[in-house]
Amino acid sequence: MSKFTTSRLPEPWGSVINRDHTISFRFEGKGYQGYEGDTLASALAANGVMLLSRSFKYHRPRGAFTFAGLDANSYVQVGDEPNVLADMLPISAGLSAMGQNYLGSLYRDHAVHAGRLSRFLPVGFYYRAFFRPKGIWPLWERFFRRAAGLGKINCNADEAYFDKQYLFADVAVIGGGPAGLSAALAAARAGANVLLIEEAATLGGSLNYARFQRHRRDVDSLRDSLIGQVEQNDNIRVLVGATCNGWFPDNWLALSRPNRLYKLRAKHVIACTGSVEQAMVFRNNDLPGVLPASGTQRLMRLYGICPGSRAVVATANAEGYDVVLDLLEAGISVQAVIDVNQSAASPELVEQVSTMGVAVHQACTVGEAIPRTGLRSITGVVINKLAESGEATGESWQLDCDLLVTSVGYAPLGQLVCHAGGELIYDDALNSFIVTNVPPDSGLAGSVNHRYALDAVLADGRTAGLDAARALGLNPEADSQIMPDSGAGGINHPYPIYPHRKGKDFVDFDEDQTVADLQNAVADGFEHPELAKRYSTVGMGPSQGRLSSLNALRIVQRVSGDHLAGASVTTQRPPFKPVSFGVLAGRSFEPERLTPMHRWHADNGAVFMPAGMWKRPAYYAGNKDRAATVAEQVAEEVAVIRGNVGVIDVSTLGGIEIRGPDAAEFLNRMYTFAYKKQPVGRARYLLMTDDTGGIVDDGVACRLDDEHFYITTTTTGSDTVYRNMLRRNAEWGLEIDALNVTSTYAGMNIAGPMSRQVMEKIESDMDFSKDAFPYLAVRQGTINGIPVIAMRVGFVGELGYELHVPWTQALAMWKKLIAVGAQFGIRPVGVEAQRVLRLEKGHIIIGQDTDSLTMPRDAALDWAVTSSKPYFIGKPAIGLSETRPQSRLLVGFRLLNSDGPVPEESHLVVRDDAIVGRVTSVAWSEALDEVIGLAYVAPEQAESGANFQIKVSQGLMVAAQTVQTPFYDPENLRQAL
Amino acid sequence: MPLALLKYGIQRKYKGNRYFPAAKPLRSAYDVVIIGGGGHGLACAYYLARDWGISDVAVLEKGWLASGNTARNTAIIRSNYLTPEGALFYEESMRLWRSLAGELGINLMYSERGHLTLAHTDAAIRTSRWRAEVNQHLGIDSELVGRDELAKLCPELNLSEDIRYPVLGALYHPPGAIARHDAVAWGYARGAMQSGVEIHQQTEVTGIQSLDDGSIELETDRGSISAGQVVQAVAGMSSELARMVGIKLPIRSVPLQACVSEALKPFLDPIVVSGSLHIYVSQSARGELVMGGATDPYPLYSTRSTLDFTEGLMANMLELFPFLENAKVLRQWAGIADMTPDFSPVMGITPVSNYYIDAGWGTWGFKATPVCGSCMAELAATGKAPELIKPFELERFSRMEQVGERGAASVGH
Repeated sequence: MSKFTTSRLPEPWGSVINRDHTISFRFEGKGYQGYEGDTLASALAANGVMLLSRSFKYHRPRGAFTFAGLDANSYVQVGDEPNVLADMLPISAGLSAMGQNYLGSLYRDHAVHAGRLSRFLPVGFYYRAFFRPKGIWPLWERFFRRAAGLGKINCNADEAYFDKQYLFADVAVIGGGPAGLSAALAAARAGANVLLIEEAATLGGSLNYARFQRHRRDVDSLRDSLIGQVEQNDNIRVLVGATCNGWFPDNWLALSRPNRLYKLRAKHVIACTGSVEQAMVFRNNDLPGVLPASGTQRLMRLYGICPGSRAVVATANAEGYDVVLDLLEAGISVQAVIDVNQSAASPELVEQVSTMGVAVHQACTVGEAIPRTGLRSITGVVINKLAESGEATGESWQLDCDLLVTSVGYAPLGQLVCHAGGELIYDDALNSFIVTNVPPDSGLAGSVNHRYALDAVLADGRTAGLDAARALGLNPEADSQIMPDSGAGGINHPYPIYPHRKGKDFVDFDEDQTVADLQNAVADGFEHPELAKRYSTVGMGPSQGRLSSLNALRIVQRVSGDHLAGASVTTQRPPFKPVSFGVLAGRSFEPERLTPMHRWHADNGAVFMPAGMWKRPAYYAGNKDRAATVAEQVAEEVAVIRGNVGVIDVSTLGGIEIRGPDAAEFLNRMYTFAYKKQPVGRARYLLMTDDTGGIVDDGVACRLDDEHFYITTTTTGSDTVYRNMLRRNAEWGLEIDALNVTSTYAGMNIAGPMSRQVMEKIESDMDFSKDAFPYLAVRQGTINGIPVIAMRVGFVGELGYELHVPWTQALAMWKKLIAVGAQFGIRPVGVEAQRVLRLEKGHIIIGQDTDSLTMPRDAALDWAVTSSKPYFIGKPAIGLSETRPQSRLLVGFRLLNSDGPVPEESHLVVRDDAIVGRVTSVAWSEALDEVIGLAYVAPEQAESGANFQIKVSQGLMVAAQTVQTPFYDPENLRQAL
Repeated sequence: MPLALLKYGIQRKYKGNRYFPAAKPLRSAYDVVIIGGGGHGLACAYYLARDWGISDVAVLEKGWLASGNTARNTAIIRSNYLTPEGALFYEESMRLWRSLAGELGINLMYSERGHLTLAHTDAAIRTSRWRAEVNQHLGIDSELVGRDELAKLCPELNLSEDIRYPVLGALYHPPGAIARHDAVAWGYARGAMQSGVEIHQQTEVTGIQSLDDGSIELETDRGSISAGQVVQAVAGMSSELARMVGIKLPIRSVPLQACVSEALKPFLDPIVVSGSLHIYVSQSARGELVMGGATDPYPLYSTRSTLDFTEGLMANMLELFPFLENAKVLRQWAGIADMTPDFSPVMGITPVSNYYIDAGWGTWGFKATPVCGSCMAELAATGKAPELIKPFELERFSRMEQVGERGAASVGH
């Protein structure tokens, strides 16, 4: 265990912990105690445990750095969940967490020796080796894959609950620090409905821990006053513990909590996302015991933790002196202040801490942190004198300490603004990025907008809030004031990077990238910052460059000799912080569409199959043993339609109503056939091709009136067809109205020689006799009091009626048919039998017997193409194709050898070792007493009686013969009965 | 420890291994100008120099090297296509891939992980069998496997029967591979530059003119260039560039998005694709899950990410891998896919003499990098298209001789 000791500071230190409530938890199998309000990282720190994880490449010991969830050093594994930020995870009774990425134990990681090999592992080392001789990489890869990754996934993890919620607001304020509080109040007071979003569990942001060169008491009371005003304002809703992870087009914000995704649409967004303190770069700058000023202050002020006993503070700005005062106030000895400026920015501050007994060394830097054996804490620092150039000289001495606090500046958290189109550009005056190209209907305030002095931050928030209110058309009474900001200029050091000849001077903690790695990336020719990033992987780890991109850009531009000013940071992409699959997926429901008869089917033994989003009865197993009887069941269902009467649920077919003076013209353009002269009361086949002439859908058009068609589409095609109709007519502007009525009407096809007898037994105002209701007629009326569109069509090739009835009355109709049909032996029939029945008739199924290149003539459907029409979708392509020889044709076939192997669908038709086609449908036909099928063959093989070869499993060739379709009832007498 | 790394450890000062020489000034004339410094353009430049001795070549890149779709794709390599033309073309590409790392002297991390295309419907089983049959007929390692076999190949997969779209089987393609996309571009770039090819980054073509003498005049934001031959290889912007020289392409450009998870200890060996659920996923050597889905449903030249994409993709990921709900999405991005009507690329001559096109790569361009580069180089050098790419010439659309690969696209479009 580390000798690094910490203990709790007395109140008022520790503003978020409740010392009356102790919580026990475990880390790495060992029991600890913390207080309510502690995070795992703070509670462990209170127990003297700073080491939380091991780094990705060199397995360096790492502890939380920002204590605000902005670095990935604090990644731990909690049960099945990998990569949990320990500095954001509240402790709870029974919590048990483990460190990550080690071999052995977190404290004794055998893989730490990887660090000693670092000189053999230059930047991009994996590109340089492991690939010779040819074929060796897979062996190395196994080794790499063992070393890869951080957290572990349990492939048997239990499923948890996730959900989603929509939110709306006039103004979304992201960030509940001083700027956000001030912005929210200004906008809300002007009458806007405001949602204030804060990632931490409490509002206040930096007001909770920073000094702002004042007395903490004053900051405390300001914070309490602002939060009080926010809480009392009815126009402000506050959402704490939620991370804004994405800012998508039109102010669509993704806010995530551990088990919920909020999707917020805001009229106006104000980003008050703050900034993140940057690391100072020197040897061993990554070890536990080295902390940034804000991280130190968070530990002390929020959690009441004494971060060390003897501190050294290295600083480039006034914030560093603030921390000195904080440490002294907490009774911690400050060994020295190392001011990296040539002359201190504020002589008053130097004076102030000097009089308190702290030595200030100006124009000096930390060259190295001295680690304790095992690298789990530090025992001191090496101080180097700086030359006038700002580089470290050889003049050095050591100071003992167990805590090194650095304060060299911030980078704005502009990532979200960049998701929405903003850019982060390096500014020479500020030595930092500034956010430019702020998207419309939004604003920025606070340190993300490079305001650092408290008065300036508050004024900036207020201005942004008032601007938002004005943008919404409100008339705020107050005027905005611009406050001069004295702090922004002096906060960031231009180059807080002090490389060490022995390395381990980390720029990117996530990826273990050092100064030399970046310099060498440029030396290797990767000068462009984006290329340097991709080659070195700097900024590609879990914290996505929040703590590394500023320093990385400084190094790359310095080495390559390019200007820093105006250079932009590498592209920022969502999410801001990694977000779990579960939160994004939510309740993970995929809509399932069921017909009104679904329950009936299930009760009657239906075995379902998916058809797009629908479930359809494949066949009805009854009460029999299912597996054993599939073929038998299907054969029985086929027989009942051929011999008696059966009823098929066809509700899944798409239904679209087309009304208006141009209805027939519209169909003429959408489909290949002709509809202008289609008589009212008749049905006609519909065939749709796309712009390339390929078949995409089919169905039936029923003309109910001169200006009114009811049409069907395939089950899976309905949405696409409808969408295309709307899109096309947006171009054509025909006088029609199209309405998708798929779920308005349910359909049932009653078919078989006895179907007319069934229909005539049910009370109806329609005449089902042959003369009154011939083949392809369409009638509207009522059956058993239920309104019906009835049509005589012949997909299965028997006398039959397709009844389209209102969805809500369909089940009653279905039950009536079943009841009345009982005496004729009626049975429900599933899709499998229907497939056999239609195959016997040679009818194609779109998508099964066609592919994306099947043109009407290839499927022998040229009869359904009216080429005399001036236009239909696909006409130019079809016209063009007809000038070319045909390459294949869909034909019916039978097998020459009835005892040989039976081809499966998709087996190839092969001639002289060349693929000329394939089998698209194949089935045993009881009626024909043989195997029949459809196949694409070469045109010369398409003549009835021609033979061709099908290549089946194991390369066997099976001889087949082309047969005229329909196989069954070739004269089509039965469907016209 | 490989020797290649030992030398870095023992050298006193980092000597580097400069991939690219410093940029040279842009000249006013080149034998061949390649527009587009992505994988395809760089490969073409490399093979022009290596196979045809043509090194008076400039590659013009408007961004940084390989910053377009090369950097954005999910780096899946396979040859289990539906048409013989497609399957043979990609199979040749895989042959080149296997020896490419040694040839370019850079570890491409080419890893044959096996490629599974899941089938959730009997229609998908039918298409899978069709592909398997075509592939086997052409000697490509590809087969239709059932649930039992699938359980062995990918034990992590949810094969439960009571999910929304139960998995019925899969098309299994053992040589299916992934590779490190950046390394491919860098390797080709280095190889080309070593032979004298110039690569000019941040050089955008703004106008193209075909002159009477057969040469082509290019306007760029760094001055004009005269080129003997021009090869266009700008996936995502093909129509816009071709329009500058008066060629209209049958291409619809739509955004295609992808994302990666945080690095996790490797658990997923094969590449898994589901057309019904619009997913493709593999786990990289770093441990990140690299995931993609369907193209966006509207034509657009914007590469902004959307929330819908990750919401939908993750819902579907959890169908197949329910235990991943605590894994986290690290980063999402978008590229632009140039979709052709038949889902096959466009390679070859154009109506403009000495202007060759390499376009229409939709969602399938990365895997073709070596073979396409080699074939385009031959075309530019000889003026004649090699047999392998003849079926893909632009003219096929006016002749109605499409190469229908819609059925073999990874995911729905």
